Amino acid sequence: MNITLKLYANLSPLLPVNAQRNAVAVEVPEDATLNTVIDLFRVPREQAHLVLLNGVFVCHADRDQAGRLKAGDTLAIWPPVAGG
Amino acid sequence: MAWTKQILRINLSNATVQVEPLNMEWARDYLGQRGLATRYFVEEVDPRVDALGPDNKLIMTTGPLTGTMASTGGRYSVITKSPLTGAIACSNSGGFIGAEMKNAGWDMIIFEGKAPSPVYLYVENDQVEILPADDLWGKSVWETDELIHQKHQDPQIRISCVGRSAEAGCLYSAIVNDLHRAAGRSGVGTVMASKNLKAVAIRGTKGVGNIKDPIRFMQQVAAQKKVLADNAVTGAGLPKYGTQVLMNVINEMGALPTRNMREVQFEGAHSVSGEAMHEPRKSDGKPNLTRNAGCFGCTIACGRISTIDQGHFSIKEKPEYWGNSGGLEYEAAWALGPDTGVDDLNALTYVNFLCNEDGMDPISFGATVAAAMELYEMGVITPEYTGGIELKFGSAEALVAVTELTARGEGFGKILGLGSKRMCELYGHPELSMTVKGQEFPAYDPRGIQGMGLTYATSNRGACHLRSYTVASEVLGIPIKTDPLATDGKPELVIAFQDATAAVDSSGLCLFTTFAWSLENIAPQIDAACEGDWSVEKCAEVGARIWNLERDFNMRAGLTGADDTLPKRLLKDAANVGPAKGLVAGLDVMLPKYYELRGWTADGQLTDATRQRYGLPG
Repeated sequence: MNITLKLYANLSPLLPVNAQRNAVAVEVPEDATLNTVIDLFRVPREQAHLVLLNGVFVCHADRDQAGRLKAGDTLAIWPPVAGG
Repeated sequence: MAWTKQILRINLSNATVQVEPLNMEWARDYLGQRGLATRYFVEEVDPRVDALGPDNKLIMTTGPLTGTMASTGGRYSVITKSPLTGAIACSNSGGFIGAEMKNAGWDMIIFEGKAPSPVYLYVENDQVEILPADDLWGKSVWETDELIHQKHQDPQIRISCVGRSAEAGCLYSAIVNDLHRAAGRSGVGTVMASKNLKAVAIRGTKGVGNIKDPIRFMQQVAAQKKVLADNAVTGAGLPKYGTQVLMNVINEMGALPTRNMREVQFEGAHSVSGEAMHEPRKSDGKPNLTRNAGCFGCTIACGRISTIDQGHFSIKEKPEYWGNSGGLEYEAAWALGPDTGVDDLNALTYVNFLCNEDGMDPISFGATVAAAMELYEMGVITPEYTGGIELKFGSAEALVAVTELTARGEGFGKILGLGSKRMCELYGHPELSMTVKGQEFPAYDPRGIQGMGLTYATSNRGACHLRSYTVASEVLGIPIKTDPLATDGKPELVIAFQDATAAVDSSGLCLFTTFAWSLENIAPQIDAACEGDWSVEKCAEVGARIWNLERDFNMRAGLTGADDTLPKRLLKDAANVGPAKGLVAGLDVMLPKYYELRGWTADGQLTDATRQRYGLPG
């Protein structure tokens, strides 16, 4: 299935070269979990701190849950960051 | 040094300088900086005073850890009554002047009255002089800084001053120190200018002393610096990306207020984000970000130093802006960018330079421009009002033009200088002002981050993210992740953040340490430096005492529980996209519980029992 993957901050270099504005359309296995995608793009799991699926945070425990990721979803990932 | 135990009282009306001992009884209850200066202020100033009249006072104050070896120990605050909100104002700044004041031997400087003509204060350790500033009046912050350095022939003087916006009465003028750090919010610069006080210039060479247990203090400082260095946020994320890394985060979760908070996502967010600041420009191959920067004693160094593309329309003919200077922080970038619909990073950087150069709070300024743009779109404000400027959402040219006017207090800039609340009232549309207690919102939509709705509504200085930054928990998972869309548990969360923040703001340390530190890390440093027993519990209690003291002042100044609210747009109009789609700010659910937990009445008044519990003055 096709999803949009977004990697930010220090994770930006892990994006495929055709990425624009930190986002890229990618093909992932139909049964992919969030951690499948995280591993596929070599994001160190401890660096996948803030994981937003369609803007909603997914905690570590739910990232292996099958069926959570659907075609057309947007998965955005940040390492530990803060501001204010 | 911890407390120097000496304060300066400057009467500007009579041109007198008085040295007083610090009230140590109050220091034990209020620690320093924000808390202690507020205690002095409450004692000495009638809450109903005209904020811009001579009877208002203005206090510049350090904390006990300001100027010490503690990481980030360079903070100082300005306490006064705000002309923007009519509430207590407390604006905190980094840079170097706080540490310089401490090294000159002073915990705080209290300014009273009004000078008959422009003056500046010069402090060199014990030598304190009120000097004429007629030649500085009408100058920008940057010109004033240079002229004072030239006059005293000392490059090491640290200077806080106001720019032309404050002189012109812009109600959200800042006091800028070290060229681009600022006590930015609530119009503290406007109060300073109302006293004909242009600048405070300080040189301190007395060094550090008065530490209760120097060996334990140094051990604590070293251990806690390691915590900051080892933490992924304070050790790596903030130095590299600064606060601006939040732009894409908050946009992605549908909580980025856009076009005067009509929308919650901005299509141009990436163009003005922390990531974009790192990307080489097509024109000259250089990125917007030149380097990061740290304030006195800081081991985080989140500050941004930036340059503008020399070919950009805003500065093409102005080589004085071709060098680097203080760049965009998240809140400023949001107000000047997504809130006005402008996605031009060069334009935002230039406008941010101007806010520093002439001392304007970029949050309040940007949000006021956003409201004006909505009024322009509705046809209420026309080109006749703006002097021909087409004040459309998304127009970088219009943003640049009105910034130049407001910075100098000219033309339509005089109207924008009123702030969003007064401007919207003037044009008959008070509902378009995105403010609480007259102060403009920062960069988090409370429909998508519910705790921030309660934070804004109950903030003692009007809408502000720095009174209780629940974003840390609701978005970033610090110290624990909570659901940003839920209202459950948020009153407790907001109170915990409000109290801890008040304690940190009273210590001399920077609030950004709390991305890695809690009071568990901070209290031992205070305890090693300061007389008395400064446990975690004591620090939290001091924070709660300060919060209640500020609230008490506001109630006496004429504010009521009815002021603890949000604009109708956030209470009635649901978010249109993103995770918060269909949600409004759930203030009605959170506020009663918040009052109850605070020990206040159902209409938000302090009870005698609460007053007694914290030992608040009569």
